[in-house]
Amino acid sequence: MAPPGWLRWVAWALGLAAVVGPLLAPNDYWIGVMARICLYATLALGLNVVVGFAGLLDLGYVAFFGIGSYVYAFLASGHFGLHLPFFVVVPIVVVATAVSGLLIGAPTLRLRGDYLAIVTLGFGEITYLLLINLDRPVNITGGPSGIIGIDPPALAGFTLSRNTEYYYLFLAALALALIASVRLRHSRVGWAWQAIREDELAAKTMGINTTVAKLQAFAMGASFAGVGGSFLASWQRSVFPENFLFTESINILAMVILGGTGNLLGVVVGATLLVTLPEVFRDFQRYRLLVFGLMLMVLMVVRPQGLLVTDGRREEQEDQAV
Amino acid sequence: MLRLTDVVTHYGPIRVLKAVTLEVRAGEIVCLLGGNASGKSTTMKTILGVVRPTAGRVEFEDRRIDRLPTEAIVRRGVSLVPESRRIFARMTVWENLAMGAFTRQKAPAGELAEDFERVYTLFPRLSERQHQLGGTLSGGEQQMLAVGRALMARPRLLLMDEPSMGLAPALVDQVFDIIQTINRQGTTILVVEQNAAVALSIANRGYVLQNGRIVVHDTARALLAADHIRRAYLGED
Repeated sequence: MAPPGWLRWVAWALGLAAVVGPLLAPNDYWIGVMARICLYATLALGLNVVVGFAGLLDLGYVAFFGIGSYVYAFLASGHFGLHLPFFVVVPIVVVATAVSGLLIGAPTLRLRGDYLAIVTLGFGEITYLLLINLDRPVNITGGPSGIIGIDPPALAGFTLSRNTEYYYLFLAALALALIASVRLRHSRVGWAWQAIREDELAAKTMGINTTVAKLQAFAMGASFAGVGGSFLASWQRSVFPENFLFTESINILAMVILGGTGNLLGVVVGATLLVTLPEVFRDFQRYRLLVFGLMLMVLMVVRPQGLLVTDGRREEQEDQAV
Repeated sequence: MLRLTDVVTHYGPIRVLKAVTLEVRAGEIVCLLGGNASGKSTTMKTILGVVRPTAGRVEFEDRRIDRLPTEAIVRRGVSLVPESRRIFARMTVWENLAMGAFTRQKAPAGELAEDFERVYTLFPRLSERQHQLGGTLSGGEQQMLAVGRALMARPRLLLMDEPSMGLAPALVDQVFDIIQTINRQGTTILVVEQNAAVALSIANRGYVLQNGRIVVHDTARALLAADHIRRAYLGED
């Protein structure tokens, strides 16, 4: 089903705004916010593969983000004395996170819905605890104080330093993540994921190898987080366990749900809102998160299907409501 | 074509199928009857490899299939219309049918187009609604879609699990007419039914399953005629 016309216009307008954005931003701080939007939208697109396409509720997605960040830090900092170039490290990180996706996927294959959610939640917590505690007896992760002095991305002799430069790097990655998502959705495995989401037993009787397809979803989703993790580490120039708390998993999941699960543009809009709104509400100072939480509740009550959903899916949801 | 020999299937510690032996010959319509929890659906799932038998053998066209994964069994030409239809609600009718051909990604596009045509000829209603979401169809239309989807795999053996469940009587007759048409077009059919009288009226032979065992098998005509069987196993007065 083709997206409605207005949605195309929204997409083009967003794309244009994204490219000229830094020129219009009032200061460097807001360019930083925009870079964060791109980073989180990429993560949300990765989680969308697992939750939106394959229908597997993953509450520990931040673990892959954390693993990605730390693997980047291991390979490009003084921590182990390795200073591999950016374009060598990122592919390694992507492979490492994809493998970690397989490792968490394999034991959870028989689980669905709430049971899967609990196990992935545990995986997220375990990862956090490992990051915080693996500084003894051998110092691997740097413990609570993390790893500092991480190399910035260097592209052909040019080293990134300004937020604007990071922004365009992250924007390019987001564009790639969007293209990858579109292609995945219409690929053979993409159809297998959607069939599993709709009805796993029926998918199986169609001759879909549901085991392989689910593992592919976990690995693919995790690899997006690998890219995001590399970016975070190289941008912050440091990583700490506190970057990868459970609330981050929920935050990313909220981006996916808010925009309309499975809808790619919606996921980007969700990420934009969830990164921007807490900044906008800084005027409310300590009531900031309260206002933010209230807004999310209102949004979900008014539009339970998400901000952007194509018409057919909306009709169907209304049918179910009746 | 299909032969089950002393098949035993467990769900955890529970032995659901205790000794199922049955045969379906090429070109037949065979009907598997039985009450609730007699093991009918489990038999279907065992044939398709969705659940694994713990003993016995399942052969399709003289080759053992009971150790094969489901996708390999579907590729060999067995496909299932599952109980309660299980169509993909948030996919269009066309997409549902395309999913039915999932194992045939190497088939030439022309061949798939023929198969769509065949399904749309059998079920003109699906053709009218091909861009509608599966979940918005009526119960009868969903049953047509489930049958059409299974046919998209080009099965030589079609398994149907309770195709009449939840349908109005007029629709039940229509579904069984279609089953006969599909059979005449060259597909062998094994159908599980609670609606014994209607099912036997189109079948060549029937098996009665009770408590995980085949207790009776005979020609459909003989089963229909035998009063004691109707009373004892088919739940009729």
